[in-house]
Amino acid sequence: MQRTLRELKPGDKAVVTKVAGEGAVKRRLMDMGVTKGAEVFVRKVAPLGDPIEVNVRGYELTFRKAEAENIFVE
Amino acid sequence: MLNKGQHFFGALYDNDYQFQMKNERGFKMSLRFALVGNPNCGKTTLFNEITGSTQYVGNWPGVTIEKKEGKARRVQEDVKIIDLPGIYSLSPYSLEEIIARDYILDEKPDVVINIIDATNIERNLYLTTQLIELGIPVVAALNMMDAVEARGDKIDTGALEKGIGIPVVPTSASKGRGVTELVDKAIQVAYAAASGTAKPQAQIYDQEVEKYIGNIETNIVPSLGKKTGNARWTAIKLLEGDEKVLEKMEVPAAFLKDIEACRKQIESHYDNDVETVIADGRYKMISGIVGKAVKKKSGSGSLTISDKIDKVVTNRILAIPLFLALMYLVFKVTFGEIGSFTIDWVDGLINGTVSDAVSGWLEAAGAAEWLNGLIVGGVIGGVGSMLVFVPQIMILFFFLSILEDSGYMARAAFVMDRLLRKLGLTGKSFIPMLMGFGCSVPAIMGARTLENEKDRRLTIILTPFMSCGARLPIYLLFVGAFFAKNQDLIIFSLYLLGIVIAVITGIILKKTVLKGEAAPFVMELPPYRIPTIKGLLIHMWDRGKGFIKKAGTIIFAAAVVIWVLQSFNFSFQMVEDPAESVLGAIGGVIAPIFAPLGFGDWKSAVALITGFIAKEAVVSTMGILHGVGEIAEDTTALAAVIQGVFTPLTAYAFMAFTLLYMPCMAAFATIKREMNSWKWTVFTVGLQTGIAWVVAFLIFQVGRLMGLQ
Repeated sequence: MQRTLRELKPGDKAVVTKVAGEGAVKRRLMDMGVTKGAEVFVRKVAPLGDPIEVNVRGYELTFRKAEAENIFVE
Repeated sequence: MLNKGQHFFGALYDNDYQFQMKNERGFKMSLRFALVGNPNCGKTTLFNEITGSTQYVGNWPGVTIEKKEGKARRVQEDVKIIDLPGIYSLSPYSLEEIIARDYILDEKPDVVINIIDATNIERNLYLTTQLIELGIPVVAALNMMDAVEARGDKIDTGALEKGIGIPVVPTSASKGRGVTELVDKAIQVAYAAASGTAKPQAQIYDQEVEKYIGNIETNIVPSLGKKTGNARWTAIKLLEGDEKVLEKMEVPAAFLKDIEACRKQIESHYDNDVETVIADGRYKMISGIVGKAVKKKSGSGSLTISDKIDKVVTNRILAIPLFLALMYLVFKVTFGEIGSFTIDWVDGLINGTVSDAVSGWLEAAGAAEWLNGLIVGGVIGGVGSMLVFVPQIMILFFFLSILEDSGYMARAAFVMDRLLRKLGLTGKSFIPMLMGFGCSVPAIMGARTLENEKDRRLTIILTPFMSCGARLPIYLLFVGAFFAKNQDLIIFSLYLLGIVIAVITGIILKKTVLKGEAAPFVMELPPYRIPTIKGLLIHMWDRGKGFIKKAGTIIFAAAVVIWVLQSFNFSFQMVEDPAESVLGAIGGVIAPIFAPLGFGDWKSAVALITGFIAKEAVVSTMGILHGVGEIAEDTTALAAVIQGVFTPLTAYAFMAFTLLYMPCMAAFATIKREMNSWKWTVFTVGLQTGIAWVVAFLIFQVGRLMGLQ
């Protein structure tokens, strides 16, 4: 069973295996560098519980937990 | 570093000789360079550095996305610089991306200058790989090199040039370094391209993918009647199934089948869709190049200054209080003492000094009374009511620019996103809407900070529901007359009413008129930077100037029309008593519309019409019409009069109506400018007025049923 980025906790590190879903959201995630093989580091969760902040390819990126569910990691 | 790059460049474009020849012959080209880069890469700063004061700011046709043009300074050639929207990719999913791509493909600039944020090189190079594929000469500006050096990292420009196959010029736009070299190089490349020195394009994908790209490029693309971009780019786009390109090229069904077969092959080989395979391929190549060209200082795992600031700013407990405190500060300065001072000062200048001078001068010249009235009362008074906002707009934009340029705006969106998602908006809408409590005009302009057009439209529609400062005098008059004991509570309830209506309207619009795929909330949190004063001032001036120019024309016309209606009767005779004027007659005609709301007398109707000039004009008009005189400050006499006209219930319905109905003409003109569409402007004010009517109707009728008076 593969894990998704949503299950990770702040401080966790993982490597992206696949970005699921389709359309604009998926495309945007890939454009922003969340592609196969990219290392992601979960930095924090926003004060109200969503969205989350991750470090990918040397910069800070934020997206909602709904998006994180589509990102498979190992 | 630079020397190495130039040496390499010489090898790649061996035509310095030709370049000089042309110059000696006096051959002078007029060139167009397009600036392309990610948001936050320093593009605006670089644009300002290159063009100086020659900028022209407008909109792209049909959309509210800003288009900036300018001429390059300090070069002999006639070089026009076009600033394309900041984008992360050339995929056709956002309006900005489509505009940038179409411009490059259709307008064919001589050179694309791609600005790369050297501190965030991997993701920035992703756009570069796409730009190169378009087949237009690209020169890369490796910007923010000062920050890279300060960090202790090293970037081998030569290795980078070799890897991506285009000239790379290191720059630090904020310090003005490398800018001249960049423009010179771009000019060289433009001459080289004109003399036909083409360069081979790097093959960046896996053998498997390249096989199919080659296949489509040689077998399908040449047979298509139309042309867009170069053959390789077209082939890649067809393989990706890019709808815009498929549409443009009018690909015959037989070819579509072949392309689909290629897609199927790739998809089964990689167990993923083609777009993903292509994006993966790009990043794979980039990782390889970056691995060779970038040397990070060892031990760079420690916290940067940006990380440290973020620890506080987006902290679980501190984030929201800090955000509110910052907003309070901005609000306080913009709409508090300093803002009010500027308003009073401009007001005094225009309606005092200028009015008196012009009036005196007209009298001395023997001008007719109506002309004096039109110029002083109509034009100067009306346009003046708009000009008083200019300093406030400048102040607000000064702050918004600080918030944006420093990187805080993205954090505010990160912190507030969850709250606004219910409205179908993102965290970024929060700031303009909050500013709406001060004045709708700068608040609506503040919606520019939103990238997504639908979000921006919705924010513009909802912002006027936030009760602005000009409505307060109306509330004060009515609560003083009818709710003396619960003044605070009643006024607070009105502010709350505005918010509740905005929430409901937002939810409904998002499900109807502004339906569609939600803009993905996938946002960069850029590193904190200290904004440059120059950048802030340019930003501020652009906004203020735009407001004066565009809004001025509409307000000028509206002011003249209302003044004429108010001062003349139907036989074009000037009247002293507004009751006899055209406006008075109109008031009588439309008054029945307000009867179901509880205030169907013509005086209230006329007051509401003049509220379009400025909301607080409702009070002064009521003063005139009820024969109390135009003394807005001394409202006790007026309060006594309206106690005979309204009841507490109808007074509340009237206040709710003034809160929600169409905003004043300055806000109207701003909505028109920001929506960049009459259709949307009319829709917005129509919707607002309709909602106002329904809400006031419900208040009056339900209140009456409940036995309230």
